[in-house]
Amino acid sequence: MIPMLLKDNVTYLVGDETILSKPLEPYEESLCEFLYELSSTLFASKEAAAYPDIMAFAFWCRKANIAKLKADFGDRRTRLGLGLVFHIAPSNVPVNFAFSFAFGLLSGNANIVRVPSRPFPQTDIICDTIDQLFSYDRFSEIKATTAFVRYEQNDEITSSFCANCNARIIWGGDVTIRNVRNIPMPVRGVEIVFSDRYSFCVIDSPSVIKLDETELNTLAERFYNDTYVMDQNACSSPHLIVWQGEEKELAKERFWMAVSRAVTEKYQLETLNAVDKYTLLCHNAIDIDDITSFKEHGNHLYRITIDSLPDNMDELRGNCGYFYEYDTDVISDIAHVINTRYQTMTYFGVDKTYLLDFVVKNRLAGIDRIVPVGNALDINVIWDGYDIVKSLSRIIDVK
Amino acid sequence: MSELTQHHYSHCPQYSKILDTLGFDPTIKHTVEDIPFIPVRLFKDYELLSVERSKIVKTMISSGTTGQSVSRIFLDRSTAANQTRVLTKIASDFIGTKRLPMLIIDTSSVIKDRNLFSARGAGILGFSMIGHDVTYALDEDMQLAFTEVEAFCNKHKDENILIFGFTHMIWEYFYKNLAKSGRQLALGNGILIHGGGWKKLSEQAVDNDTFKRMLNNVCGVKRVCNYYGMVEQTGSIFMECEAGYLHCSIFSDIIMRRTDFSVCGMHEAGLVQLMSLLPLSYPGHSILTEDTGEIVGEDDCSCGRLGKYFAIHGRIENAELRGCSDTYAS
Repeated sequence: MIPMLLKDNVTYLVGDETILSKPLEPYEESLCEFLYELSSTLFASKEAAAYPDIMAFAFWCRKANIAKLKADFGDRRTRLGLGLVFHIAPSNVPVNFAFSFAFGLLSGNANIVRVPSRPFPQTDIICDTIDQLFSYDRFSEIKATTAFVRYEQNDEITSSFCANCNARIIWGGDVTIRNVRNIPMPVRGVEIVFSDRYSFCVIDSPSVIKLDETELNTLAERFYNDTYVMDQNACSSPHLIVWQGEEKELAKERFWMAVSRAVTEKYQLETLNAVDKYTLLCHNAIDIDDITSFKEHGNHLYRITIDSLPDNMDELRGNCGYFYEYDTDVISDIAHVINTRYQTMTYFGVDKTYLLDFVVKNRLAGIDRIVPVGNALDINVIWDGYDIVKSLSRIIDVK
Repeated sequence: MSELTQHHYSHCPQYSKILDTLGFDPTIKHTVEDIPFIPVRLFKDYELLSVERSKIVKTMISSGTTGQSVSRIFLDRSTAANQTRVLTKIASDFIGTKRLPMLIIDTSSVIKDRNLFSARGAGILGFSMIGHDVTYALDEDMQLAFTEVEAFCNKHKDENILIFGFTHMIWEYFYKNLAKSGRQLALGNGILIHGGGWKKLSEQAVDNDTFKRMLNNVCGVKRVCNYYGMVEQTGSIFMECEAGYLHCSIFSDIIMRRTDFSVCGMHEAGLVQLMSLLPLSYPGHSILTEDTGEIVGEDDCSCGRLGKYFAIHGRIENAELRGCSDTYAS
C-alpha cells in the first residue's frame, strides 16, 4: 500500500485504494460487454466527439471488433488473468492509457492505471465515462477491480503499486523503463515493456505512378495519418522511406507533392518545431557523409536522401515531417541495419508476403509489424511482438 | 555579409557542409535575406571554428545554469579586438565618449579565469573598457558591498556614473537587497546599462517599466538602458534608446522570420535572426535565435537614430510533441 505520507500525492480518478483482484477468463462476456458499453457511451458523448483519438479508441472497443478479437483468441486452452496489472501509460499520448486498460481488462485482470500526469482533456473524459458506467450494478465487479491514478513521478509511490501486482506494463522511453525496472515486483511478476522503437516505410514506385489523383490523395492522407498526426513521434511512425522499383524520382515527386498538399491543409507546424527541424538538418549535414540531396517543401516537409544506410540508422529520426529516403531495388539491401529497435514496416504497392519473407528468411532481430500505409498507429492486442492478452493470462494445463 | 559567408565557407568545414546541403552557392551574389543562418543551438553541439585552433586566444561560454550544455565561441585576436572596439563605439552613442567611473553590479569572481569567459564575464570585461575606477558592487557571496558602493557614490557624486550589470543579477542581488534593507544609494547621476534577458524576471512578472521604476525607487537612477545581444555575437549589441526601442547599429542587422522562415512584415511578430559583421573566427555572422520579436520601424525612431528598431517579445514557446516516447518523468 502507499505509504501514509505519500497518499496525498496520488489522485484517484476512478476507484480507490481498496482494489479487489479476482481473475476472470480472458474475453469473459461481462468484460466484453463493458467495453461495448464504453464504446457506445463515448460515441454518444458530444464532449468526446471533439477528440479523434477518443473516437479511435471508441471505434476499437466497439462490439464487432472485440467479438472478432475474441474469436481470433481461442486456442482451446483454459486461461485466467494473472491477477492485478499495474500500468504506467506514456505521458504524451493522451489516449494510450485507455488501450492499456482495455488490454488488461480483456485478459481477465484487475487494473491500476497510472494516467499521464500532464493534464489532457481526453484523460478526464474517458475516466468520467468509465466512472459513469460503474454506477450500473452489472459492472460492479469491474468497478471493484479498477483504479485510475495520477501522480507526479515518484519512485516510492510506483514501488508501492509494484509491490503487489502480478504484472506491470510500462510504456515509455528507455530511461523510464530502466528506472522502473529497478523497482522490485513479486518474483512471479510479469513485465511487459513498450520502449522506444523505430519504424520505416517501403513504397513501390510504379504503384504510385499508376494511381489516379483521388487514389494518390488517399495514399497521401493515409501517410499523413501515420506521421504528422502524432508529430511523427509515435513509435510506429516511419522516419525512413525506402523506395523500390522503376522511375523512383517520378514517383517521389508525385507522392511528396500530394503529401505536402495534405500537410499544408491540415498541419500546424509550431515555430519551435521548425527551428528543431532546421537544427537537425544542420546536424545531419555535418554528421552524415552520404547525403545525396536535401529537398524541402517549405518548412513543413524536409526530405533527406541518403546513399547508404549507416548502421545506426535507427538513431536518425526526425519529427514533424522530417524524412530520410533511400533507394533500393531489393529490400534485402537494408537487412543489415535492422536490429531489435525496429518495430513497424508500413508498405504501399509491395506484396506483404514478400516483406514477411524478407524478415523471416533474413532471420531479422527486429520488425514486429508489417501493415499498409495508413495503419501504422492502429494499436492492438498484438503489439511490439507480444500477444498482450496471452502474456497477461496464465494457462491451466489439464491432462 | 557575402564576404563573411565566403570566408566561413572556405574555413569552417561544418559550415561548408551545411551550405552544401542547403544548396547555397556562396560564390554568387545573394541578398542579405538569402544568406543562411546557423541555429544558435549548433554552437552547443559543435566546436565551430573558421581559423586554426592555435589562433584562438579566448573561448567564450554561455552561462549554462540549468544543467544544459553550453555554447562555446572561439575568438582569435582580431575578432576579440573588434568586439571590444565595436562595443565601445555602440555604447558611446548612448553614454558619450568620455570614460565614466563605473559600478558593476556583480562580483569580481566571474572574471577570474581570463581564458574561459562566461557571457557574464565577457560582458563585464567588455564594458569595463569604457569605464574607469571600476568597482564591483557585490562580494563573492553575492551580497551587496554597501560600504564600498556608498564610498564610490560619494567619491563621484559630481560626475555621471556608468552602472553595468545583468538584468536578473541587478534585480535579485542589488534591487532586492537594497529594498529589503530600506537603505538608499545616491545614484541619481547614474546611467544603468543592463542585458542578459528577461526570462527569470518575467517569471516574477517584472517587465522593463517595473524594473526602471523600482530601481529608481531604491537608488534614484533615472537613465536605465537595456541591451539585447547574444554570446554568439558579442560586441555588436542592440541598445535600447530613449524611446524604449532596441536599435541595430551599422555593425548589425536583424530579420524577423515566420514559421516557414519567410521574412515578416513590419510589426509582424516572428523568429529573430541576427547578423553581425564581427565574427571572423567562428561562423556566427548570421544566426537564428530562439527569441521572438517584431520590427517596429526603420530610420524614423523618435530618438533620432537611423536604422531598424525593434522589440523583443521573449523566447519561443515550448511546443510539446505528441508521440509515445517518454515519460515517467512527466
